[in-house]
Amino acid sequence: MAKVKGAIVIDIERCKGCELCVVACPVNVISMEKKVNTKGYHFAYPENHEACTGCMNCAIVCPDGCITVYRTKVE
Amino acid sequence: MDINEIIREANLVYKKTSLLTEKPLSYCPGCGHGVVHRIIMEVIEELDIATETIGIAPVGCSVLAYEFMDIDMQQASHGRAPATATGIKRCWPDKYVFTYQGDGDLAAIGTSETIHACNRGENITIIFINNGIYGMTGGQMAPTTIPGMVSSTTPYGRDVQLMGNPIKMTDIVARLPGTLFVSRQSVHTAVNVRKAKKAIKTAFENQKLKRGLSFVEIVSNCPSGWRMTPIQANKWLEENMIPFYPLGDLKVDGNLVSPK
Ligand SMILES: Cc1ncc(C[n+]2csc(CCOP(=O)(O)OP(=O)(O)O)c2C)c(N)n1
Ligand code: SF4
Ligand code: SF4
Ligand code: SF4
Repeated sequence: MAKVKGAIVIDIERCKGCELCVVACPVNVISMEKKVNTKGYHFAYPENHEACTGCMNCAIVCPDGCITVYRTKVE
Repeated sequence: MDINEIIREANLVYKKTSLLTEKPLSYCPGCGHGVVHRIIMEVIEELDIATETIGIAPVGCSVLAYEFMDIDMQQASHGRAPATATGIKRCWPDKYVFTYQGDGDLAAIGTSETIHACNRGENITIIFINNGIYGMTGGQMAPTTIPGMVSSTTPYGRDVQLMGNPIKMTDIVARLPGTLFVSRQSVHTAVNVRKAKKAIKTAFENQKLKRGLSFVEIVSNCPSGWRMTPIQANKWLEENMIPFYPLGDLKVDGNLVSPK
C-alpha cells in the first residue's frame, strides 16, 4: 500500500515561538529549539521529522505563516 | 525516503500566500489576527480577485493590516469601516469590498455603522474579530467581554450587575433584513481554521449576488491581553468563549438557521 510521507520547512526568522504548531501536530513532529532567532524567540523545528504525514495542520494554525509543507506518496 | 528528497517543488502542498506580505506581522506570538489575515488572503487568491478587492483596515491591533495584505486598502477611523466600505462599494459596485474589525471597533464605537450597514444590506463583507477585549490599548473590558471574564478594567471578572451585559452583535445582525449570510467561527484549531476559511469564502462569493451583506465573526484570542500563553489562551477560548458564542452559521442565503 502506498504510504504518505510529509516534510515541513519552518521560516525560523518569522517564527515567534508561540508553540501552536507543536500542539496542532497529530504525530508530535515539532519541538521548540533551545536557541533563539534574531528576534529572541525560541523557534519551532521538526525534531521527529520522520513521522510527518504532510497533513498541513501546523501550517494552517501558524499565526505567522512560517510553515511550508511538502507531501509525497512512497511505495 | 530521505526528508530532503521530499522537500521539492513538485511535492509542495502548502505555503504562505504571496498576498500576505513578507513583512513580519506586528501581532503578539500566537495571536489569532495573523491566522485570519492569512485565510482572508488565501480566499482572495483562490477566487483570483486580488486586483478587484478593496479592504478597509480598522483602529485596533490590526490598524496596520494594509502593511500585511497586499491588496488595495483604505484606513478608516475607529468603528467607521462599514461606512467607508459603503462609500467605496457604491462608487465601485463590482469591486469586492470588505472590512476587518475588532470587537472594540465593531461592537463599541462602531455599533451604529455596523447595524446600519447591515440593515441597509450593503453588498460588502464584514470580518469581525472578537477577542473579548480591547487588545491594542491594554486589554480593557469590551462590550463583548463575557460574564466573569478578567480584563485590565475588570480585575475581579465582569460583573454584569455592575457592568452590564455583553452584546452578541452577530446574533443581532443575523436578524436584520439586510444580511444575506451570517456566521460565527474560530481559528483556534486546524479544523476550525478550515471552517472559518470556508465561511469567509462564502462571504466574498456572495458579493457577486448583490443580495445583501455577509458577516463573519471570528471568536479569537488575545494572549497578551488575557495574560496567558497562546496554548492556554486557545484552551480558555474553547472552554469559555465558545459556550457563550456558539460556532456555526446563523443565517444562510437570507434565512435564519435554527439553533441545533
Ligand atoms: C476615535 C478613537 N477613540 C479611541 C481610540 C483608542 N483605541 C485604539 S485601539 C482601541 C480598541 C481596539 O480594540 P478592538 O477593536 O477590540 O481591537 P483589538 O486591538 O483587540 O484587535 C481604542 C479604543 C482611537 N484610536 N480612536
Ligand atoms: S504537516 Fe502534519 S504531520 Fe507534518 S509536522 Fe505539520 S502537523 Fe505534523
Ligand atoms: S505556530 Fe508558527 S510562529 Fe508559532 S511556533 Fe510554530 S512556526 Fe513558530
Ligand atoms: S494585544 Fe492581543 S489582539 Fe493585539 S496583537 Fe497582541 S495578542 Fe493580538
